Amino acid sequence: MENNLIDLKGIEKVYIMGTEVLYALKGVDLKINKNEYIAIMGPSGSGKSTLMNIIGCLDTPTGGEYFLNGKNVSEMDDDELAEIRNLEIGFVFQTFNLLARSNALHNVELPLIYKGLPKTERIEKAEEALYNVGLEDRMTHKPNELSGGQRQRVAIARALVNDPSIILADEPTGNLDTKTGQEIMQLLEELNQKGNTIIIVTHEEEIAMHAHRVVKIRDGKIESDVKSNKGRAMSERKEIII
Amino acid sequence: MPVTELIRIAFNTLRNNKIRAMLTLSGIVIGVFSIIAIMTLLNALQAGIEGGLNSLGSNTFQVQKFPAMQFGDAHSRNKFRNREDITYDQGKRLKEKATLYKYMSIEDYVYQKAFKTNKAKTNPNFYVGGVEPEYLECNNKTIQYGRFITQNDLIRNSKVAVIGMDAVEKLFPNVDPIGKDIIIDNNQYKVIGVFQKEGEGFGQSNDNFALLPITTMQQVYGKNNRSMNIAIQAPGKEEFNESVENIVTVLRSIRGDKPGEADSFEIFSNESLIGQVNSFTKYFKYGAGFISFIALLAAGIGIMNIMLVSVTERTKEIGIRKAIGAKSGSVLIQFLIEAVILCELGGIIGIVLGIVTGNLLGMYLNSPVVIPYDWVVIGLVVCSAVGIAFGVYPAYKAAKLNPIDALRYE
Ligand SMILES: Nc1ncnc2c1ncn2[C@@H]1O[C@H](COP(=O)(O)OP(=O)(O)OP(=O)(O)O)[C@@H](O)[C@H]1O
Ligand SMILES: [Mg+2]
Repeated sequence: MENNLIDLKGIEKVYIMGTEVLYALKGVDLKINKNEYIAIMGPSGSGKSTLMNIIGCLDTPTGGEYFLNGKNVSEMDDDELAEIRNLEIGFVFQTFNLLARSNALHNVELPLIYKGLPKTERIEKAEEALYNVGLEDRMTHKPNELSGGQRQRVAIARALVNDPSIILADEPTGNLDTKTGQEIMQLLEELNQKGNTIIIVTHEEEIAMHAHRVVKIRDGKIESDVKSNKGRAMSERKEIII
Repeated sequence: MPVTELIRIAFNTLRNNKIRAMLTLSGIVIGVFSIIAIMTLLNALQAGIEGGLNSLGSNTFQVQKFPAMQFGDAHSRNKFRNREDITYDQGKRLKEKATLYKYMSIEDYVYQKAFKTNKAKTNPNFYVGGVEPEYLECNNKTIQYGRFITQNDLIRNSKVAVIGMDAVEKLFPNVDPIGKDIIIDNNQYKVIGVFQKEGEGFGQSNDNFALLPITTMQQVYGKNNRSMNIAIQAPGKEEFNESVENIVTVLRSIRGDKPGEADSFEIFSNESLIGQVNSFTKYFKYGAGFISFIALLAAGIGIMNIMLVSVTERTKEIGIRKAIGAKSGSVLIQFLIEAVILCELGGIIGIVLGIVTGNLLGMYLNSPVVIPYDWVVIGLVVCSAVGIAFGVYPAYKAAKLNPIDALRYE
């Protein structure tokens, strides 16, 4: 009996541009359990983002099957996918993707609006999420009034505000300096300790070190899938607890 | 997603693009303005006309040689002109033979007269009427002071006059006119009464006249070349149609109209006049409706254009919203509401400007101030419809965007 949180079976992504056919993913098999902390690495153009977007239900594969919590995502319609993005997944982007004209609080509130929560509850939760990322004194600032690290923290607060089981971060530190990057990684690690499943795409070995499992991709295929010592220690500990 | 939130988003977006929103609005404003202004003006005119007609008195109708309003060509005007005049004699016989009426007032008018006293003179835009005592009931008029013409005056051909307030103001300022003499066409009459002031209607005074006993009038001005007006009051609302029928039958026989031939006279009432006014103003309404339709069509296309631009500009925003869980429906409604609010704002501005302009024009023509509530509602509904009709395609385009493609859009 499998109880994988994420189960990718032969995932393919083909882009057809005119006469040119581009295989971005060429049959990816990947199983991810609850509470794992995975880093996906690989050279530029290898298909990391494409894979992340498929896992995050932002994009749909052209082949293969994707099971999330045992449900076949490939068979879901747009509205069901939107609901999964809203409730199950918190996505953190390299370029933050915040609404430029809305302040931090409203950006964080947004997923709760689409969830349909009443205003007072929304504000309460959004404030709490911003507090948790250390931005309690920047709530009314708009993105262009925040530093890069602060923006990414707003994005993380937004990703977390709905209490999703999976956090996906596509090069979350790519636009940040090393120190700020470390702070963000610290945040993600805390989340993992609280029980969230975390998948992070990165180029940097130091960043990948935080993870307990490193999946390397090359040319749209998985090249290696290694559990780090730290990761092994984690899972052993988990076995003991269970 | 709650509607209040969507409305808030829409207003924020519009506020961020004020000038563009204003320009887009202007088409809607023009379309709504033109129809509301014309409707307001026509309603004001109509209220004015109806107010004027009400002076005819309730359940009252009139018999004349000419119709009260003529829109026809020269041919149809000739038709009326060739009719035999309605004489005082015919009127008197009608009064005797007709059975179903309460009051009947035979009236004989001459126009463009100047009234004089020894000291003063009016402009030659006053008129003289020869009337009977029933004039008061049939025309819903009241004497302010003095007395009205009596049956006795008729029998004796008394040289007396009851005058309107304009004549009082011009000829007898600061004097009691009762018992004084007034000269019209070199004939001297004694003023016995004064009418209540009626004020102006459509830029014309309603108080520039003198009334004489009709017998006196016929003696002074002769019996020929003038056609009488006959005002008849029916016994009640229920008997109105029967009363008209009775008068028509009797008058036809008096005037020798042959069976199968049309009446040689016109009959009209407040109601039929209002109907005629309506059928006349109808064409203005069609015209205004057509202009508005064209303007709103153009405005709608403008709105569609701007919404398409807006969708393209905000592709990234749409991508972000979808990435964090907005369903296609939410995005669709967000853009639809934006288009509808844009149209409604234009509509409200157009309605306000239209009502103000229509009423200013109406006031210039001495019509009362009106608000055409039905057209306000129609205007708002049409604006929403325009917003939806022309907003739905851009909104659909936004809603159908693939989240990842939208996010990647630069
Ligand atoms: N929308 C698209 N249309 C066509 N080709 C695409 C599209 N998106 C990605 N690709 C191609 O798919 C391949 C994988 O792209 P992807 O963005 O997943 O790479 P990546 O591993 O994330 O690279 P990087 O580290 O530079 O972000 C690339 O060759 C890219 O050119
Ligand atoms: Mg990438």
